[in-house]
Amino acid sequence: MSGLSIDKLSMRFDLPNGASVQALKDVSLDLKAGELLSVLGPSGCGKTTLLNIVAGFLAPTSGEIRLNGSLVTGPSAERGMVFQQGALFEWMSVRENVGFGPKMKGQNPKIARETVDHLLDVVGLHDFKEKAVYELSGGMQQRVALARCLANDPDVILMDEPLGALDALTREKMQSLVLKLWKETGKTIILITHSVEEALLLGERLLVMAPRPGRIHKEYRLPFAEMGVGQDLREVKKHPEFAKNREEILAMIWDMEEEIMGRTEVAS
Amino acid sequence: MSVLSNLFAELIAILTAILGAVPFIVGYVLLILSCLVVWKFIRKLMTPKKDYGSLKTVTFGDESAVSSNFAASVVSIVLIFILWGTFTGTKLLPSFLHMPGAYEGQFDFTYTAEAADGTVDDATVTVLVHGVGEQPVVPTIEPGDGFAKNDVIVIQAYRSKLLPWDANDAIMRKDGAKIIAINGQAIADGQDMNIAQTRLALTNKGTLNIEPNQGVQMEPIWLPSPEDVWASLVDISTDGFKNFTLAEHLGFSLFRVVIGFLLGAVVGIPLGYAMGLSDWFRGWFDPIVEFMRPVPPLALIPLVIIWAGIGEQGKIILLFLAALWIMAIAARSGVSGVKISKVHAAYSLGASKWQIMRYVIIPNSLPEIFTGARVAMGVCWGTVVAAELVAAEKGAGMMIMVASKFQQTQIVILGIILIGIIGFGIDMLMRWAERVLVPWKGRG
Repeated sequence: MSGLSIDKLSMRFDLPNGASVQALKDVSLDLKAGELLSVLGPSGCGKTTLLNIVAGFLAPTSGEIRLNGSLVTGPSAERGMVFQQGALFEWMSVRENVGFGPKMKGQNPKIARETVDHLLDVVGLHDFKEKAVYELSGGMQQRVALARCLANDPDVILMDEPLGALDALTREKMQSLVLKLWKETGKTIILITHSVEEALLLGERLLVMAPRPGRIHKEYRLPFAEMGVGQDLREVKKHPEFAKNREEILAMIWDMEEEIMGRTEVAS
Repeated sequence: MSVLSNLFAELIAILTAILGAVPFIVGYVLLILSCLVVWKFIRKLMTPKKDYGSLKTVTFGDESAVSSNFAASVVSIVLIFILWGTFTGTKLLPSFLHMPGAYEGQFDFTYTAEAADGTVDDATVTVLVHGVGEQPVVPTIEPGDGFAKNDVIVIQAYRSKLLPWDANDAIMRKDGAKIIAINGQAIADGQDMNIAQTRLALTNKGTLNIEPNQGVQMEPIWLPSPEDVWASLVDISTDGFKNFTLAEHLGFSLFRVVIGFLLGAVVGIPLGYAMGLSDWFRGWFDPIVEFMRPVPPLALIPLVIIWAGIGEQGKIILLFLAALWIMAIAARSGVSGVKISKVHAAYSLGASKWQIMRYVIIPNSLPEIFTGARVAMGVCWGTVVAAELVAAEKGAGMMIMVASKFQQTQIVILGIILIGIIGFGIDMLMRWAERVLVPWKGRG
């Protein structure tokens, strides 16, 4: 039973004033090993909550998650996470950051060093191994974060808007890198993003979530991730299907946002 | 009401004093501005080329356009020494830079005394005004003829003296003699006149008050000259002061600070970590820490003296307490300040709680701890000096306190300068350590 299965996951936050917020309601999902899933939705739809539950940082109020058949009860090295920004350890060099996971496991330093060197070559940071992380640009820092996650050889990689803080050009390069790493390593990846284009480009499967309560609104299976591996992503974007999907999803999210705004106005 | 009126009177006195200082402040500001004008002129001559900064049309309000001007710092410090020198008549500066000093020298004047029966007689008074610290040779004089005999009087600069001119005369004041003229110029009781930068005044009882001009220089007991301070540095670093050499005085102060600070850090940092990591410890120690933190360490001195005496133990307890709360709060905020994404990242990389403590929380808190250490060292240095002022056998504070009791102002000033230099040195050292040991500070 390999892969990640999410079964009837619900999450309710109780607020101090006695009210409660239904962040997720009955979210079910099955991911086969090696699938790349992107999750999209308006703010407040519970995508980050979902990711935090999968990572094990939060316990759901009901439902369960199983990875390769065993129940998820807390954070673990088999579910690696890449954060938007600021999750690198600035007191360590690039090499030490990437080697953190193997070191925590108590892996043989010599083997760990080879892994780290190899991964830093893969993400294109060959010349920056001994630098301090705060000396690197934002894009390079995210490369370190990717390499650090891969060094642990996790079964699932969770990405919480990893490219959100990058400028457009760097972002495009990083998107190619994510596709390349996905194809080369065969990891299961869940990627949360705000950008519809990014979700389309990087999602083999794409989940659109709706807010209040957070739930799965629609699911797509897309060919663009496969097309984009080793390709110029701008070519992929020119595909007529890509434009069609993008407009459809944008309209969908736009409607949800409108609905939230309308409801808020009525409420006030 | 009386309290209010007292306060009001105090306020008036303070405002009057400030008003008196206004001309000096204005003069100093004008000096600063004139130096600025001179500096701009010199720079214009020396750098005809314009740099990028000169292309800025908006500099007022642009914080980046304001960096400390090195020349201004140099001129400012040099000026302080020059002002110090001119007002103390230092030999290090040419005499034309000196402010007019107190009169020193010897002069004669003649007074004319009139007896009750109307006979008059002249007598000469020799006045010797000698400098501070000099041993004067009293001039010898002839008593002269007539009923009024010649006098001699020796006065130290900055002082005045009453001349009992009739003490050696054949006809004294109680016999009806009185002075009617000085140097041939008529004078009556209650009047005064000036001779050779000296004010001669007849009191209402007919004695003669001699008051040499004090000039505008400072008397050494108020402000010794730079060379006096330097000489006292040489003197007490070789011969010592009150049974201990200068190095011992300063060394003991520093030793107390270092030991007190280290003890405070050794207890305070784990305490801060416990408060940052456990709500039970936070709840337990919050009231204690939050109460003790605003209590100035100086306010603890009396209690510490009662409990532990004036020896090393008391000083170190005091400095321990001064450093403890600061270090605890710094460590606490260092722990609380860790970004949750870093902790989450470490967990999802397979770190255990202990590993997160060792590799994430402790290094993440180091910058805060260093900031706290810098503050704590500064506070400890101030506290040790104050504690030594109150009671100590040795130490920088004790040195200046005892020197002040013996009116050795040069040692007081020397002590203040050394205390300042050491305090500055401690801060520089801590900043350097911070740069070397936590280079990631502020770069998270």
